[in-house]
Amino acid sequence: MLSKIVGSAVPVLAALAAFLVGAVMLLVLGASPLDGLKAILDGAFGSGERLAATAVKATPLILVGAGISIAFRARVINIGGEGQIIAGALLATVVALALPDLPSVVLIPLVLMGGAIGGTILGAIPGVLKAYASVNEILSTIMLNLVMVQFMNFLLRGPLIDPLEIAAGTRIPQTQRLSDNAALPTLVEGTRLHLGVVVAVVAAVIAYIVLWRMPLGFRLRAVGHSPEAARAAGINVERNITYALAISGMLGGLAGAILVFGSEGQRMITDGSAAGFTGAAGFNGIVAALFGGLHPLWTIPSAFLFGALLTGATQLQRVLQIPAALAVALNGLVVIFVISSARFRSYIQSIIEKRPSNRASEDLERPYSKIPGVDT
Amino acid sequence: MSDFFTLTVLVAVVGSGVRLATPYLLAGLGETVGQKSGVLNLGIDGVMQLSAFSAYFVVLKTDNLMLGVLAGLAVGAVMGVFYGVITIVFKATQGISGIGIFIFGLGFSDLLFQRLVGTPKPIRQLPTIEIPFLSELPVVGEALFQHNPLTYVAFILVPVTILFLGKTTFGLNIRAVGENPHAADSLGVSVERTRYVAILIGNTMAGLAGVALVLELGIFQPNLTQGLGFIAVALVYFGSWRPSHVMAGALLYGLVNATVLQLKARNIIPLSFSELAAMAPAVLTIVALVILAQRVKGPAALTKPFIRH
Repeated sequence: MLSKIVGSAVPVLAALAAFLVGAVMLLVLGASPLDGLKAILDGAFGSGERLAATAVKATPLILVGAGISIAFRARVINIGGEGQIIAGALLATVVALALPDLPSVVLIPLVLMGGAIGGTILGAIPGVLKAYASVNEILSTIMLNLVMVQFMNFLLRGPLIDPLEIAAGTRIPQTQRLSDNAALPTLVEGTRLHLGVVVAVVAAVIAYIVLWRMPLGFRLRAVGHSPEAARAAGINVERNITYALAISGMLGGLAGAILVFGSEGQRMITDGSAAGFTGAAGFNGIVAALFGGLHPLWTIPSAFLFGALLTGATQLQRVLQIPAALAVALNGLVVIFVISSARFRSYIQSIIEKRPSNRASEDLERPYSKIPGVDT
Repeated sequence: MSDFFTLTVLVAVVGSGVRLATPYLLAGLGETVGQKSGVLNLGIDGVMQLSAFSAYFVVLKTDNLMLGVLAGLAVGAVMGVFYGVITIVFKATQGISGIGIFIFGLGFSDLLFQRLVGTPKPIRQLPTIEIPFLSELPVVGEALFQHNPLTYVAFILVPVTILFLGKTTFGLNIRAVGENPHAADSLGVSVERTRYVAILIGNTMAGLAGVALVLELGIFQPNLTQGLGFIAVALVYFGSWRPSHVMAGALLYGLVNATVLQLKARNIIPLSFSELAAMAPAVLTIVALVILAQRVKGPAALTKPFIRH
C-alpha cells in the first residue's frame, strides 16, 4: 500500500519540480511566479466559461492520451497523434461535405465515425510497418505527422478550399462552414462546453475496459509484457501490434473530428503548421498520458490539468505579457522530469517492499521501464 | 518541363541542394556519433530550434556572425549536458525523453522569441566563400565551391567523423560502448563517460545545424525547423549508421528540396501542388525505412541504458 502511494507520488513530485522550473522562468522573464500562478488559475477556472474552455482544451488530450496509454501497454510508442488528428479531421470534414443534409442524430455519429476511421488508417500504417517490416514506429509515426501537415495544407488550399475564399480572392486556407447538422451540441448554454467532452471521457473509459476487462486488452498487454511468451501462448503478436497502433490512431482521429465540429468556426483551417490546427494536442496528449501513469482512466484528470495549463497560459499572456508558449516549454519539462523519475520510483518502491528492484513481475504494472528498446 | 533541364537550372538546383543539405548533414552526423554510443537522441529538433534562436538573437544584437555561431554551439553543448544527465544519471527512456526535449525546445525558443524579439527582423546571413581556383571551374565550381562556411564545415566533418569513429581510440570506445557496453566496461572503458562525450558531440552538432539553418535563412520564426531534426534522426537509420551514407542521404534530401523549390519558382508545378511535393522528404524516409529496416542492424545497445550487473 505504502509502495503504491509512493509510486503515484513520484511522478506528481516530478511534475511539481518541472513547474518549479517554470516559476524560475517567470522570475527570469520579470514576472512574479505568484501572479503567474494566479493568472493561470484564473484563466483556467475563473468563470464557468473558462472552466468550459479548459474542458474543451482537455478533450483531445484525453483521447490522444488514452490512445498513447493503450499503445504503450503493447510496447509501442505512438508519437503520431498530430497526424492522426489531422487524418480524422479531414475524413470527418469530407463526410460532412458529402452528406450535409442528414439530420443531426445521424450526421454527428457519422462524422465522429469518419474521424475515427481516418485516425485508424493513419495508425494502422505504422502498425503494419512495425509488425511486418520491423520499421521503428517512433520514426514512422513522426514522418506521418510531417506528411499529414502538408497533405492538409494541400487540401485546404486546393480541393477543399471554401469556394467563397476563391470568389473573394482572399484564399484563406480553410474549408467552407460545414453543415450545422454536424455541430456537436452545446451542453451548457453560454459556454463552449460541447458533447465532445463527454465522448472523450466515455472513450477513455471504454479504452480502460477494453484494456483490462476484455480478451483484446489481455492480448495487447501480453504482447507488451513479453512478445515471446505471448507468441508461445498462441497470440498473434504482429496482428496485435497493428491493433495497438490502429486503436491508438482511432482515438486521435476521433479527437480530430471533435476539434472540427466542436469549434466555433465549424470548419478546418490551417496556418501551415500542424499545431495551428491541432493545438499540438498530439504532443500534449503524450504529456497527459505520462502524467496519468499511462492509464486511460488517470489520463482523464491528467488531461484536465494540462488543459487548464494551456487555457490558463492565454490569461498569462493577457495579464502579464508572458507568451503562452511558456505552457509548451513547461509541458516538455514535465515529460522530461516524469520520465526521468520512473527508475527512481521503482528504486524507492523496491526499498519499501524490501525486494530486489527490476524484478520481472513488477514490470507489467510499471510500463515506463518496459517500453520498446529499454533493457529487459 | 523542358526549361528545367537546362545546364544553368541544373547547376542552380545542385548548388542549392548542397546548401539545403547542410543542416541535415550536421545534425545527422552528430546523431550518428550519439547512436553509435548507444544513445538515441530524438530531441535534436528542439535543440536545433534553441540554438537557432540563440544564434539569431546574438547576431541581431551584436551583428557579429562569429558570436552567433558560438552562442548556438554553446546552447547545443548545454542541452547535451542536460540530455546526458537525463539518459545516463536518470536512465530515462530515450524515445520519450527526446520528445520532451523537442517539446521544450519548441516552446522555449518560441517563448524567448516572442518575449525578446516579437516581430521577426532579418539578420545578416553567412557570406559566400568562393574557394580559389576550384570555384572557377565550369559547372562544378558554381555548384560545389561557392557556399557559406558552415556548408564546407559540414562536408569536412564527414571524413573527420569517419576517421574519428574508425581510427581514434575514443571513437572505437564509442562503438564498443554502443555494441556491447558490458564487455567495454569489463575492459576498463567508462561507459558513462564515453556516452556523455558522444551525447555532447551530437547535441553540439545539432546546435550547429540549427545555426546553419537560421543564418542561411537570415530570419527566425517559431518552429523554424518544421521537423528537419526528426528527418535527420531518420537519416541515421537511412544511412545505416555510416557517415558517408548519412551524407548521401542528406544530399538526397537537399536535392529533393531544391528541386521542389525550383519547380515551384518556375511554375512548372501549380502552387497548390507544392504542398504535395513538400511531402516528399517524409514519404521518402518512410519508404527508405521499409526497405532498410530488415537489412541493416544498428548498434546492439541502442536505446538501452547501461546498468552494471
